Amino acid sequence: MIAYTKANTRTWSMLGSSGAFGVAAMELPEVDSSVAILTADLAFFSGLDRFKAKFPERLYNIGIAEQNMLGVAAGMAKEGHVVFATTYATFASARACDQVRVNMGHMHADIKLVGLAAGMSVGILGATHMSIEDVAIMRAIPNITILCPADCTATVKATLAAAQHKGPVYLRLSGVQNNPTVYHGDFEFTIGKANRLREGGDIAIIATGTMVFAALEAAKILDEQQIACTVIDMHTIKPLDEAAVKETLGAKLLVTIEEHNVRGGLGGAVAECLAPLRQKPPQLVLGMADSFNDPADYPYLLEKNGLTPKQLAASILARYEEVK
Amino acid sequence: MHDNTAAAAIEAPVRLAPRSDGRAFDAERCRAAARQIRRNVLKMTLGAGPLGSHAGGALSMVEILSVLYLDVLRYDVKNPLWEQRDRFILSKGHGAPSFYAALVLAGFLEESELATFKSNETRLYGHPAMNPDLGIEFSSGSLGQGLSLGVGSALALKARSNDTSRVFVLVGDGECNEGSVWEAAMSAAHYGLSNLVAIVDRNGMQYDGFTEPVMNTGDLAGKWRSFGWTVLEIDGHDVNAVHEALTTAADVGKPLAIVARTIRGKGVSFMENARAWHHSRLTQAMFDQAMAEQDEAELAASKKS
Repeated sequence: MIAYTKANTRTWSMLGSSGAFGVAAMELPEVDSSVAILTADLAFFSGLDRFKAKFPERLYNIGIAEQNMLGVAAGMAKEGHVVFATTYATFASARACDQVRVNMGHMHADIKLVGLAAGMSVGILGATHMSIEDVAIMRAIPNITILCPADCTATVKATLAAAQHKGPVYLRLSGVQNNPTVYHGDFEFTIGKANRLREGGDIAIIATGTMVFAALEAAKILDEQQIACTVIDMHTIKPLDEAAVKETLGAKLLVTIEEHNVRGGLGGAVAECLAPLRQKPPQLVLGMADSFNDPADYPYLLEKNGLTPKQLAASILARYEEVK
Repeated sequence: MHDNTAAAAIEAPVRLAPRSDGRAFDAERCRAAARQIRRNVLKMTLGAGPLGSHAGGALSMVEILSVLYLDVLRYDVKNPLWEQRDRFILSKGHGAPSFYAALVLAGFLEESELATFKSNETRLYGHPAMNPDLGIEFSSGSLGQGLSLGVGSALALKARSNDTSRVFVLVGDGECNEGSVWEAAMSAAHYGLSNLVAIVDRNGMQYDGFTEPVMNTGDLAGKWRSFGWTVLEIDGHDVNAVHEALTTAADVGKPLAIVARTIRGKGVSFMENARAWHHSRLTQAMFDQAMAEQDEAELAASKKS
């Protein structure tokens, strides 16, 4: 059994999101005896070495063949397995897109597709490895639940929740080793139900993935200037917790933050939710600009895209001054 | 025509048990079934009016389907998800008209429902959609995906020691342009899926014409062999050869590929090897001629027997 102790959450944070997925994977056969994990030559990168050693019969390496992996996963899922499949987020969403669409979208294959290194964490490897549009792709395909955990503890929770969830899931993992910690112990993780982490009446910030921690830090900076922010962890991007979004309507400014293209991700989902309403606060969509970044390391790229807490606070403040 | 050299090269081929009722193979019954499938494909194509159908590619696989459904596949219409069933996956989804007509023979569908082909609110779309009630295991239409599904199914069957069921995947030769077919082929051999059979409908044509000028498939049988499969090459319109191949076990620990040489549009003179008949419509006059050709074929067959 997984213990959500402070020490464990610290260890998981050190491991990074892939490592945390690997920790949760060790529990999966307990959650569902049919569990199988497929990977496209990324068993090690997915934190699955221990899983492979303990459950060799449950791990299928499909080689560097993401399209085939999705088809094999669908075949196994049809035969009654809960199937996890891991690869880089960009290959999961873009390389195997048609297989995702037909198998997970159309046929509802019970696949839990794990997109590793989403966003900019492997930015030095280049544009081919940065995943800036995976959420947009997955959102446009019907029937796929999209999970984007805020930290490593949430990654463990999301992995176990995905295994118990009936139907296709895209699990978006981001960040690096020593991921900042949002959740220092056990907490409620319910698919489709956002977590309100901070209350404040002036600005509502809805963030997902790594940007939840950044949002909380930005809120602290704004708090020093007597601007009170609500911060919501929108760990499920689809189906969106529309009730949680609509609870923010009293704010003078609504902000969405994501480590993803500002087109088609969380910002888009929230905007689509609010667009029909007559009364709503203006929305500031923060994320990665709609362009390919030149390769660079993660901290550099976060700063270049204005996603450090300080920069976020400044952007939010500037817009808040205009609209308050 | 009946070339079974590849099959003969395997010493004393292991014969697999035919379908569960133990009835002996009846070639004439399969030929009659094939004629019925052809007639139904023509009726569906005419019935679809201006929407037409992929009749060419459907007609090349008729004998393969008739032998599969009459004498090879294990299935239970009343229990479509029967664990011990064989899994059939039509990867070349555009062969749907023949597939639906074969499902009538199998008893999954009433023949009258074929008249709804391609009409609004039908269950019989231009490409098959997953429907357990109809015995359709998976949706297909986007080419190059069925063999991966078959690999996953075969892996799952092995994992739970179901040594009875086999997985049959029917792919087109044009479809073999898709790289994902070869990803799947490689993985099937890697995992030693001796319960998996790929049947390649080698009709030599694809949308834009003959396969060689569009995208040279080269030595297709050699390709499968080099990927680690046991390979048989047969005349895909000879029901005896089809039956023999489908009941041959691959070498131990290997998947089996059957390269079935066929003719696109087989059985209808103006469709055979005609580029237009990747997908086209039938006029009443064309339909009448095509049906008359089926009658002639039946008459010729009855004289022979």
